[in-house]
Amino acid sequence: MKIAVCVSQVPDTTTKVKIGPDGKTIDPAGVTYIINPYDEFAVEAALQLKEKNNGETVVISVGKASNKEAIKKAYAMGIEKGILVISDAEMDSYTVARNLADVLKEINADIVLFGKQSIDYDDMQVGNLTAEMLGIPSISVVVSLSVEGSKVICEREIEGGKEIVEASLPVAISAQRGLNNPRYPNLKGIMAAKSKPIEERQPTYTDNKTEILGMSLPKSKPKGKIVGTDVSAVPELVKLLREEAKVI
Amino acid sequence: MSKILAFVESRENKIKNSGFETASTALKLANDIGAEAEVLLIGSNLSSAASELGAYGIKKVLLAEDAKLEKYSTTAYSKIVAEMVKQRGADIIILSASAMGKDISPRVSAKLEAGLIADCTEIKADGGNITATRPVYAGKAFIEVKVTSPVKIFTLRPNVFKAVKIDGVTAATEKIDIPLNDTDFAVQVKEVVVSNEKLDVTEADVVVSGGRGLKGPENFFLVEDLAKVLGGAAGASRAIVDAGWRPHSDQVGQTGKTVSPSLYIAVGISGAIQHLAGMSSSKCIVAINKDKDAPIFQIADYGIVADALEIMPALTEEFKKVLSN
Ligand SMILES: Cc1cc2nc3c(=O)[nH]c(=O)nc-3n(C[C@H](O)[C@H](O)[C@H](O)COP(=O)(O)OP(=O)(O)OC[C@H]3O[C@@H](n4cnc5c(N)ncnc54)[C@H](O)[C@@H]3O)c2cc1C
Ligand SMILES: Cc1cc2nc3c(=O)[nH]c(=O)nc-3n(C[C@H](O)[C@H](O)[C@H](O)COP(=O)(O)OP(=O)(O)OC[C@H]3O[C@@H](n4cnc5c(N)ncnc54)[C@H](O)[C@@H]3O)c2cc1C
Repeated sequence: MKIAVCVSQVPDTTTKVKIGPDGKTIDPAGVTYIINPYDEFAVEAALQLKEKNNGETVVISVGKASNKEAIKKAYAMGIEKGILVISDAEMDSYTVARNLADVLKEINADIVLFGKQSIDYDDMQVGNLTAEMLGIPSISVVVSLSVEGSKVICEREIEGGKEIVEASLPVAISAQRGLNNPRYPNLKGIMAAKSKPIEERQPTYTDNKTEILGMSLPKSKPKGKIVGTDVSAVPELVKLLREEAKVI
Repeated sequence: MSKILAFVESRENKIKNSGFETASTALKLANDIGAEAEVLLIGSNLSSAASELGAYGIKKVLLAEDAKLEKYSTTAYSKIVAEMVKQRGADIIILSASAMGKDISPRVSAKLEAGLIADCTEIKADGGNITATRPVYAGKAFIEVKVTSPVKIFTLRPNVFKAVKIDGVTAATEKIDIPLNDTDFAVQVKEVVVSNEKLDVTEADVVVSGGRGLKGPENFFLVEDLAKVLGGAAGASRAIVDAGWRPHSDQVGQTGKTVSPSLYIAVGISGAIQHLAGMSSSKCIVAINKDKDAPIFQIADYGIVADALEIMPALTEEFKKVLSN
């Protein structure tokens, strides 16, 4: 079984966003970059499938040279091979997916894993885009996954519940938190990942379908009101919510 | 002239609130740019659902009905949407950024080679130019984006756009027939498991969330009781999801759900940056925390600095009293 997993590299969740000099992207100064947290669930799922089905694993990332760190994290966890489509160009989700699809066409993976969303741009697009470009089924927001012969059965989270979804291989799966508990790389894995080669490729597509015009920060709010420090504040709070905020 | 096609989600023959929001937004945009707006419904037995759309000013509803479409299928639904766009000559497609809308829209984007702007919180038309605003970095910033391809797709963050009723319009329906074969059902929902019919945090107009300040899972009923009285949903911080008090589906935050209700009440939640990312766009925020320096107070509109275990029963009683009058 061939298993591919796609990973992005994103600012750490504690990042305080500052707008960069171009007015369109964040100022990277002082930002720590990590593998996209949802992609760790995808990597873990790939490793579990490999262990069960005696498979081969490959990790793919599209982006700057610094994305190698995300690939190395996947190596440290146990992924065997890595490909970076290296580019400094601005790429939107569509362009990222086209580049991934072009690499994946050669790999012919039985299962392609993604994270549910990349926590930088939060689009939740790349998994299903890539799948459609490859002409294969896709299941997103997956919290449980089982492969039975040439079929996959997944649970997918929806508003207020779950869908039990079936599809046949090859298939693209986007992992939601809850799918598994990603393993911690051990020291040996981390050391081996450092020197393991990463195949670099040039982008095959760069024609974005969208254009960012500008970035802004949320409007800052005036400081709120502390209504009180004990139970006696309760009627006043309820009154404010009804009469001032008018939300009840 | 532009033509807008709005895919309106229905489940079990009923249109969801986010569906009416989608229809209203499509109509408003159509009026702004001088276009027509048509609604597409997919499923089975949808005539009564279709007739409800007239009340939102929709004049034309396209019905893709088939017993096989009763349960959602990623592949079949996205094929129908893409085919209808072609048949009707639409160049703007609007969907909700619901679980279904987010699943369908990228596949339609790839099929039509059309740019997609996901999770919009604002859509503006300036002459023929449409720009959209959407949150990035979990709401820590916003970007203004435009689509550069001829066909443009937008998904709308639920609970942000208004569903507006308009008198005196009746929706005409037209059944459409798109031939589907087995491969179109390559992905198929076999079963929908509803978690005790409870309201999802992303769909609720009021969310009451609890954190570690509640001390233990045995006190979580305080949050649920208040949510119930307010007709809202109960959410959770990651700390108590990780501790196993609550399921992950209730988690609000950067690695949980993003909510924008009219009222968000944070109970015993410190307000870590990852939690704020998921709820800071709520219209009104109330915090109950015993530490006056907790970061949650920096974004709260109203706060009570006290023990949540004492405040919550009184707050629930007070709302009960006031709402029954
Ligand atoms: C016009 C435009 C210009 C942009 N320019 C830049 C820029 O200069 N720099 C920048 O950092 N971002 C840029 N972006 C954002 C860029 O598109 C995203 O960083 C990237 O596409 C991932 O975010 P997403 O929200 O689309 O992914 P999602 O759709 O949320 O990701 C889902 C999953 O897809 C996979 N995935 C996503 N991205 C990649 C990737 N790059 N490689 C491999 N797998 C991936 C992962 O498994 C991920 O979990 C730009 C966006 C636009 C619209
Ligand atoms: C990668 C990553 C992703 C994350 N994603 C999320 C996410 O999506 N959502 C999320 O919520 N967190 C997320 N976190 C975790 C986040 O950093 C915080 O740890 C978490 O939000 C804290 O939860 P809490 O506020 O319940 O607990 P704490 O931070 O422990 O706060 C408890 C609060 O309760 C107050 N308190 C104590 N006793 C009482 C009492 N009797 N009455 C009233 N108040 C009381 C305390 O003063 C304190 O402010 C993430 C972290 C990481 C690293």
